[in-house]
Amino acid sequence: MSKNKLSRLDILFMVLGGLVLLFIISPLLGMFLATTPNQLFETTKDPEVLNSIWLTLWVSFAATVIFAFGAIPLSYFLARTQFKFKGLINGIVDLPVVIPHSAAGIAILGFVSRDSALGKIGSSLGIDFVGHPAGIAVAMAFVSIPFLINAARDGFENVPVRLEKTALNLGASPIRVFFTISLPLAWKNVLSGLIMMFARGLSEFGAVIIIAYHPMITPVLIFERFGAFGLKYARPVSVVFIIVCLVFFVLLRSLAKERKSNDA
Amino acid sequence: MLKLIDISVKLGDFQLSKINIDLEKGDYYVLLGKSGVGKTVLLEIIAGLINPESGQIFLNDIDITHEKIQKRKVGIVFQDYSIFPHLSVKQNIAYPLKGKSLSNQQTEKLINEFAELTNVTHLLNRSTTKLSGGELQRVALARTLITKPDCLLLDEPLASLDIQLKGDLRNLLRKINQSGTTILHVTHDYEEAIALSNKIAVMHEGEIIQKGSTKEVFQKPANEFVANFTGIKNFFYAEFSPVNTAKINEKVEIHVSNHEQLKNGKIIIRGEEIIVSENCLQSSATNNFKGKILQIIPYFSNYELIVDIGIELSVVISEESFLRFNLKEHSETWVSFKSTAVKIIP
Repeated sequence: MSKNKLSRLDILFMVLGGLVLLFIISPLLGMFLATTPNQLFETTKDPEVLNSIWLTLWVSFAATVIFAFGAIPLSYFLARTQFKFKGLINGIVDLPVVIPHSAAGIAILGFVSRDSALGKIGSSLGIDFVGHPAGIAVAMAFVSIPFLINAARDGFENVPVRLEKTALNLGASPIRVFFTISLPLAWKNVLSGLIMMFARGLSEFGAVIIIAYHPMITPVLIFERFGAFGLKYARPVSVVFIIVCLVFFVLLRSLAKERKSNDA
Repeated sequence: MLKLIDISVKLGDFQLSKINIDLEKGDYYVLLGKSGVGKTVLLEIIAGLINPESGQIFLNDIDITHEKIQKRKVGIVFQDYSIFPHLSVKQNIAYPLKGKSLSNQQTEKLINEFAELTNVTHLLNRSTTKLSGGELQRVALARTLITKPDCLLLDEPLASLDIQLKGDLRNLLRKINQSGTTILHVTHDYEEAIALSNKIAVMHEGEIIQKGSTKEVFQKPANEFVANFTGIKNFFYAEFSPVNTAKINEKVEIHVSNHEQLKNGKIIIRGEEIIVSENCLQSSATNNFKGKILQIIPYFSNYELIVDIGIELSVVISEESFLRFNLKEHSETWVSFKSTAVKIIP
């Protein structure tokens, strides 16, 4: 650590930055401190809570994996191709981040309801998106997919085009170049995007509640407990869910880090 | 073998104009030119990384102008080596072999053969991230050679190596060429061209301004630029008189040997053939001039003097002579050279 004397500007910035950190930490800490170990223990035994956490985790994971099949190629295309309306396409990708998520839910509802084309296809396969994990996955993916596309696009942009051209010159087909050069070299960003998409999907509430109140994902359950029983009953569920999210987030991040050091 | 016909391309402000070169099997062809004249662009066009706007490329009499990169049978080694950083040395060398329906034994045999040729056998299991420039260059060469290209394209392969590694790699490139691989090598270093090539082309501002056998280009540079670029310092345009004299820049008259009734031409005087003395020499040298030393440039074992005798002459002398005469900038000295030391280029 530098032993240089701190300037007044450094001190000012540290104070201002500290206030922001306090702003983030205080409500969370307050919630943790207001929850007794007994309440937490009881909540972890509540089947409704456990089912909702499991549902939230697997649906967000499934949404991330399924939509990655389209999002990663799109990211590569955006990183490598110059075309007239590229700015517009990049704007469209960011759209779910800026629109209110309840409005996004309404839009998705129109898209997946029984009367829509997708809804009809789903019905013919025995899936009714509304009130179904498939619908929840669509809502989660809609709001979280920009995190994956943007991170992966940045990753692909950082891969030198010359390496890809060298691989082509060595006789590899374009698809082999993608899987053996571009994707492995952009993998750190792609993985980071996948983790962010998964994490964002876990925390989605606004869009999901419009599509499916039941089966209940945890953010909806927290809302329901708050509405029906008040803060005291919503708080332990929130704490348990935050802990689960943090454990997954830290676990996935450390896995990504481990892979990076193995690669090095 | 490899033939480029009227290749032209415009990339932003830069333009390559009607490039024509012809390589025969087994040639070591050097494209010589300063940085930014389009040498690398030309290699990338041949390799298919850039499409030319016009012109044709033939390899073994087959038009490959619009052929896919991976089908061209030309191997390119870039100046930055383009080694895949996430793969080991062995994986890099083996990369072109995947999907070639070779047995593991055959793959291993090929990897070992080319690793041995390029002297990287001891590095095979290493990561590429901690290799030196010379080692990376050898890995890149092995990886390209294993594809058995019809023509090997080298982009400034010796540019970022130290002197000893340069020597080693030159020997390796000679060996590769002698084993039958046709090489097109681009560089800005004329010594590299002399050391390796049998044919050269000199590029300037997107055009080839002279090409031919290495001997021909170095002995008969087409103009001052080529002369200077090929390391010849004393290159002048001269007007010849019938009595075996030549006037340079309408200022200095020198004696020349037989000029075959030429009126105008170019002359070269090698700096090593000019003698420096304190007084006018009484010798067989017919050209004796008193001049002023404008500049003294020290080299590894000798000195270059720029002496103004009405024209600026570059004179090369040994360190011993330099110390004996106690030469200083802005002092006066005599220079002498024989008329036979003046090479006339029609």
